[in-house]
Amino acid sequence: MSDRRFTEEEVQRYSRHIILPNVGGAGQRKLLDSSVLIIGAGGLGSPIAMYLAAAGVGKIGIVDFDAVDVSNLQRQILHTNADVGRSKVDSALEHLRAINPTIEIVGHDTLLFSTNVFEVMEPYDVIVDGTDNFPVRYLVNDATQFLGKPLVYGSIYQFEGQATVFMPGQETPCYRCLFPTPPPPGTVPSCAEGGVFGVLPGVIGSIQATEAIKLITGEGDTLEGRLLLYDALDLSFQEVKIRWDADCPVCGKDPTITELIDYEQFCGVPARPE
Amino acid sequence: MPVQVKLPTILRKHAGGEPKVSAEGATLRDVLDDLETRYPGITKNVRSDDGGLHRFINVYLNDEDVRYLGSLETEVGEGDTVSILPAVAGG
Repeated sequence: MSDRRFTEEEVQRYSRHIILPNVGGAGQRKLLDSSVLIIGAGGLGSPIAMYLAAAGVGKIGIVDFDAVDVSNLQRQILHTNADVGRSKVDSALEHLRAINPTIEIVGHDTLLFSTNVFEVMEPYDVIVDGTDNFPVRYLVNDATQFLGKPLVYGSIYQFEGQATVFMPGQETPCYRCLFPTPPPPGTVPSCAEGGVFGVLPGVIGSIQATEAIKLITGEGDTLEGRLLLYDALDLSFQEVKIRWDADCPVCGKDPTITELIDYEQFCGVPARPE
Repeated sequence: MPVQVKLPTILRKHAGGEPKVSAEGATLRDVLDDLETRYPGITKNVRSDDGGLHRFINVYLNDEDVRYLGSLETEVGEGDTVSILPAVAGG
């Protein structure tokens, strides 16, 4: 238990958490002492980062390599019209600091590969996946399993979203227990091809922020072992079970994947620079 | 026996845009066969060429992954819901 004392400013800023059962002063101290890495400052990353910054997560890392495009603004609410052309990380840092100047916010202006993902993730307690492509999703899953870090997963397509929590280690499922290998190129369209309903990442990203906060404070039941499915067109939520797969190539009894893999780009992501 | 089949967005184009359709069968295999008869092409990316289930699209009977039941031989009954769930990566 942290013996951190709140500053006067923190007492005011976080008062609605501090008076809230199941968060309270103890939970707020945990948040201030925690660190979260958010992969992607796009549709999902925007609400995740904004809510976690507002909530007082003590250190937030933002990974992105891209620049803000005007077509992002329909859903990526962290960025504004004035940011078009600017690096997403720079834009994110400025807007998050405007929301909460009292926490540490770190930018990682890079693509993630097998060569740098451990180094980027290492300083953080919780990893939140808001990326937009399969190669990075598999890389992030495998790296969190190898590093022993919890992963808050969310992904979206058109009107549908999925979210869950993957804990490290055996006996609890990881992304590869759910989908052992990426789909072959061409079988699944990318967001750019399929379009995306602008509010959808707001719903799924907010659920991811919820789960990150609960992992930190230790209160409530997370989505571990449950895949939450959301359909914005029907406005329906559904849950299916995710079981630990003893044959999982990463977290199974006899793992066949013991090193990070850089999958070839196939869904709108630049190829790995040589 | 009719079961409800929940379709992901990506497959709805085969079924006139419907999110949920009915199909008949005593096992999941029968249901998928019936679905393919009603909506040609709809199971192309669900089943692999050898007839098994692809690993990048999951199928659930109610809330359970059919891999942990009987895969294609899983028995289905009236009132059951079969959900087809592809991996999606958007963010």
